[in-house]
Formats: sequence, C-alpha cells, structure tokens
Amino acid sequence: MSSKLFVATRKGLFRVDRKPSGWTIGEVSFLGDNVSMVLPDRRDGTLYAALSLGHFGVKLRRSRDVGETWEEITAPAYPPLPEGAEPEKTPDGREWPQRVELLWSLEAGREDQPGHLWCGTIPGGLFQSKDHGESWELVRSLWDHPTRKGWFGGGYDWPGIHSICVDRGGVTVGISCGGVWRSTDDGATWETRTKGMYAEYMPPERRDDPGIQDPHRLVACAAQPDALWTQHHNGLFRSTDGGKTWREVTSVKPSKFGFTMAVHPRDPETAWVVPAKKDEQRIPVDGKVVVARTRDGGASFTVLDKGLPQTNAFDLTYRHGLDVDGTGEVLAFGTTTGSLWISEDGGDSWQTISNHLPPVYAVRFGEV
Amino acid sequence: MPRVTFTQHIARHVPCPARDVEGRTVREALDAYFTVEPAVRGYVLDEQGVVRKHVVIFVDGAQATDRTRLGDAVGEGSVIYVMQALSGG
Repeated sequence: MSSKLFVATRKGLFRVDRKPSGWTIGEVSFLGDNVSMVLPDRRDGTLYAALSLGHFGVKLRRSRDVGETWEEITAPAYPPLPEGAEPEKTPDGREWPQRVELLWSLEAGREDQPGHLWCGTIPGGLFQSKDHGESWELVRSLWDHPTRKGWFGGGYDWPGIHSICVDRGGVTVGISCGGVWRSTDDGATWETRTKGMYAEYMPPERRDDPGIQDPHRLVACAAQPDALWTQHHNGLFRSTDGGKTWREVTSVKPSKFGFTMAVHPRDPETAWVVPAKKDEQRIPVDGKVVVARTRDGGASFTVLDKGLPQTNAFDLTYRHGLDVDGTGEVLAFGTTTGSLWISEDGGDSWQTISNHLPPVYAVRFGEV
Repeated sequence: MPRVTFTQHIARHVPCPARDVEGRTVREALDAYFTVEPAVRGYVLDEQGVVRKHVVIFVDGAQATDRTRLGDAVGEGSVIYVMQALSGG
C-alpha cells in the first residue's frame, strides 16, 4: 500500500503521508507557485515537478530526497525557428506558438530505460529525455506529422498531450483534441488509435476523424497494457487490443461526461471515473460528488458516495485528479475547489483529507 | 557600461544579481548578462528569444518597445530593469 501521495495544485506541491494516525499533509514545496504536474519515478526514487510560473514560463524541478530539496533542470523547449522562417499557422490562420505553454504530462520510460522520461505539453509537442531530465528533445515524428496542424485546443487555447502510457511494446499518448497515437519504435513513427471513438462536437462528416477526437484521459492497466480505458469528451471507451479498436461503455452513471479515469493496476476489468454534468456546466450531477466504479469491464457500474458530499457540492475533478496505487485498493482524488479524498477500500468509502487546498491539478501515489 | 537589474520577484526563483555588462541594445546587454548568468535567460525570454508575455523591460524608466528583437538602444550609463507585468497575475 502506498504511504505517500503527491498533490500538484495551483499554489504548490503537497505531500500527503500515511501515518498510524491517518493521512496527513506533510511537506509543501513551491508554496504559492502553480505546479502543473508531478512524477514520482518509482524506478530510481526521483521526484519531478513541473511548474508554470505566471510570469516566467514553465520550469522543471527535480528532487532526490522526496521533496526536501529541489534543483532546477532543463525544461522541454521547442527548437528555435530558423532565421526568417514563417511561423506555423492553424487552418484558420492563427499563429501556432513555438513555445511550451504548459507541461501537462510527465511519465517515466520503460523499466529497462533508466532515466528515460516523456513529457506532453501544450501546444501539442511531445518531448523525450534520456538523461533524467537534463536535456529534452522534441519528438519530431509526431510534431511534424501532417495531421498535427488539424489538432485544436480542448479546455485550453492550444492542443495538449495529457496522457502518456508506456509499456514494453511502445508508448500511447492521448491528446485534447488530437486523438490517440501509438508508437512501437520508441517514437520514430506513429499511428492513430481511435477507431470506435466519435466526436459529437464536430460537423457530422468529421465525427469519426481520428485527429480531432478529444480523449480527456487515457489510462492503461499496468499488468495488461493492451487494456486501455478512455474518458472521452463524448463518453467512456474501452479497448482490449492496445487501442486498435474502441468500444463505447454506456452503462456508466450518473453521467458519461467527465475528465479523469483510473484503472486497476492488475485487473483491467476494474476502473473508476468521476462523472460530471456535461459539458456546458462541468459540475457534479445534482450537486453530489460521486465516483463510479466498474468491476466487470464496463458492463455495470456502482456509484460510490460514502464519505463524499451529497448536497451543494461543485467540485470538478480534472484529468489527472484521480489516481490508484499499486495495490488497486487505495485511491485519491482532488478537485478544482480544493477538496482531497482518499479511499483505502477500492472506493467503497472515502475520507476527507482537506476541503481547503488550492485547486488540484494532479494527484499521484509514489514510493520515492 | 549599462547595468542590468531585476525585480526581486524573479530572485525568488533564480539568483539574478545586478551586473554591469557590455551592449548597445537591450539584446546585446541581456545576451552579455545571460553569458554570466545563464539560468536567468529562460525566466525572461522564451525559447524563441522573445520577451515572455508577462515580463516587461524598462530602459532608464521607459518601457522598451521591441519585445521580439530587443533592439531598443541603451547608453553607457543606462539601467535596464526587468520586472514582472501585473498582467501575469
């Protein structure tokens, strides 16, 4: 069972420790600063934090002592435009920024690639480091893909890579709004993996277009990485063949809209979502915060509300706001209104850690 | 020599002592500064060498106008002051 939870918020990074007396907020790093993502790298115990400083841009920090001290390391950055080169434009003529605006996802590489990291960004660049974040390289094969200029922002002005699933056979990324992509050659080439998804927000003739799908969150079962789940803008989807085909899961309740998703690390049939009222409002259905869990691959869902507020609650859980630990029994989720809940029984019941944190962007269990 | 100084707001994140540097434009002076203090560069300029959206630069009390090429002239005794724009929150 994990004994540490890292919570990235609008105003700092909070470490929550499991003690005999219960889960307690401990070390706070970067108090006052916007922490967009955190990665506890289980391979070597290193902790990474992505910052988005309102004035001074995105930064990346690394800690070798569980957040006691931090060092600044190189943040992913786009290569300089050649002298005299025209900036890229979107199909409707807007200038596509050639600068990293947000470090939105950060993942460890494979077990046999120590120090390899992946970073997904807004405005849509995927970056790879092979040296613990000392240096980063833009994955040009995806950035230069001809369909990339058709991606567009979902929730932000520009498209962003929010999900990176690494397994022994390759890496799969989820992009809002740019679909799902898979590389099996360490990022040299990519193919779309969205067959079965659909986009109701597009004109009918673009409904099935792979490059404009909006997977809000993409997760893979660690023990069976071909088992993927996606909380998509238009509902819940499941794949059992590594994303080659997707099947819509319609039994989820109280709604099919949401941002976040988690899957059990060993049982691909078990997954959790935090539903919300779609799309124009993005608040809990009927003012009740609930988690929905399936244990049968999406055939049915149980709505879990024990310990969660059931009146006048307006907590929204962002894409990275839900996590499950390596046992599959301990879960945590944090919300835009600063609530943080933890369950130690697979979601059956929840304990309140705080209702007064800054807006929560990401929660991650980690034994670093 | 022009002098480059920074708001304390940046110093919260990265050491940025005031320094006298060579240069006849803001670009030349900042490049000279970043040669000595390379960690500061990314706080002031983005990866395309453009002044970050929510950073402003003053030369002798007047706001510099060229945020892309940083071509504003600086004199021998000029003070270049780099600070956060309130637009950044």
